[in-house]
Amino acid sequence: MKLVQLTNLIRSKNAGPFSLTFDIMFPDEQSYIRVKRSGVLSAASFAELYRCRPETVRFFECDNALAFKFSIPRPIFQGDLGDGDLHGGQQFMPLLDIEIP
Amino acid sequence: MKEDHTEEIRFVSAIGAVGGGIHEESLDEAMAQEPHFIAADAGTTDAGPYSLGSGLSAFPREMIKQDLALMLRAGKRAGVPVLVGSAGTAGGDAHVDWTLDIAREVAKENDLSIRTAVIHSEQDKSYLKQLLRENRIRPLDPAPPVDARTIDRSIRVVGMMGVEPLQRALEGGADFVLAGRCSDSALFAALPILRGFPEGLAWHAGKISECGTMAAETMGKGVLFGTVRRDHFVIRPIGPGLKCTPQSVAAHSLYENADPYLHQESSGTLDLSKSTYEKVDDISVRIAGSAFIPRETYSVKLEGAELVGYQSLIVGGIRDRFVIKHLDSWLAGVRERIEAGVTKTFAKTLSKNEYHLTFHIYGRDGVMGGMEPDHTTIPKEIGLVLEATAPTQEIATTIALLSRQPLLHNPVAEWKGAVTTFACLHNPAHIDRGPVYRFNFHHVALPHNKEEMFRMKFVNLGNPVYETSATH
Repeated sequence: MKLVQLTNLIRSKNAGPFSLTFDIMFPDEQSYIRVKRSGVLSAASFAELYRCRPETVRFFECDNALAFKFSIPRPIFQGDLGDGDLHGGQQFMPLLDIEIP
Repeated sequence: MKEDHTEEIRFVSAIGAVGGGIHEESLDEAMAQEPHFIAADAGTTDAGPYSLGSGLSAFPREMIKQDLALMLRAGKRAGVPVLVGSAGTAGGDAHVDWTLDIAREVAKENDLSIRTAVIHSEQDKSYLKQLLRENRIRPLDPAPPVDARTIDRSIRVVGMMGVEPLQRALEGGADFVLAGRCSDSALFAALPILRGFPEGLAWHAGKISECGTMAAETMGKGVLFGTVRRDHFVIRPIGPGLKCTPQSVAAHSLYENADPYLHQESSGTLDLSKSTYEKVDDISVRIAGSAFIPRETYSVKLEGAELVGYQSLIVGGIRDRFVIKHLDSWLAGVRERIEAGVTKTFAKTLSKNEYHLTFHIYGRDGVMGGMEPDHTTIPKEIGLVLEATAPTQEIATTIALLSRQPLLHNPVAEWKGAVTTFACLHNPAHIDRGPVYRFNFHHVALPHNKEEMFRMKFVNLGNPVYETSATH
């Protein structure tokens, strides 16, 4: 099953002008636990998907919010030359199709 | 810290951003429950560096005036203070003074007399250089490099205040606290902490409330009502159909934060790793267990903006499948021809590192740039934005003018003869964008004391008119 089929929100956003953060949220505990137990989401898998160094990826499992979070330094700081997403809100699409066993 | 016997502190978060349009009916309903203060933040870096660089607000004046009027009237009627932080989006001196002018108009038009504490938080350049020399400016992660030249280049640098200046304003009897750059949460934490309520609960209540109704399951028209007690606090939205759930409130601490559990403030770290979220009724949530770990060294976050240059754009599209097939080499050819034109035009007066040509290729990787994982899909059509950035608008415009012909007529191997390879959207093809800025600090300052970075004065809006500088 794809990750998007188990979630009710996948989003990205600036966390200040210098970082990007990604939230993956679930409607129920069952779906959240299923993804958590699968072990598919990790700093390493995120780094591969987003072509960044794994040591720069911070990964959080937030049990009380039924959510996962990834945070990375922005490859281009907000609004600087070359930045194509001022609010960082359109960076999440590659996460949707992650295969969850 | 002073202790008193108040059982609880109640507050209203009127809106997530002043100028967004406060929902009057919900504010009235909240005021009926006798809050001890009203607060709303007016700023964000999320709008980008332009506001800090230009000195302008990202929200229209008329909307800010409407929101200020609603809050100031409600505050005066109830006899409780109104706190507004990060005035005018970026919280620089120009932004604060602009907002103060609006508030003065509100006072006059509504026949209100408002004792106002104005707190400026823009930083003097020689003071910043002194801090730099004393190794009192420390990078956060990730941070652009900073030295004395960065300070010189900055148009404006602000320091983000915590609760302390706000508390001095409240102790001074302010009806209205108008603050420059300010921690959003501090607006809500200042009074509860002043009254001796636990700092962890006060800061966490602020953290949840600063975005208005965003902590509700579905954001909508309304306000957020908070009640801080000795061992927990309760968050309740007021507005049509609004509802907070333990999950929606817990999830809100993820929003726009790199770390969902640890949040840095000037005086310490808010730790949410042991927070509990419990349903009170269908729409309210009780939160407990949030901790605050005081920091030995008081630190003030710095935000600065500098001029990148002036910009002109060309917007257009490409439908030719052969150009799209060879897009990278075709664009390299375009760039080469533009650069040759620039060299010819400006000779030795503009070196190659003084201007920038940036292509945004929509349909391929315009949104994600280097993070785009899909390099196999061949688009049917490409949207292209060329940005020319230069030290003056005149030069940027000239470079844009020099770019049109190379875009239009750069050859592609599949076609013989004259081709037109680019569909311009506009006539003239270029758009002058004016100055562009970048954020140049992601640092904290370690001031010599908690007061020196923030300057407060009391002014009266409406009648009687007076102005006094507060002593620290």
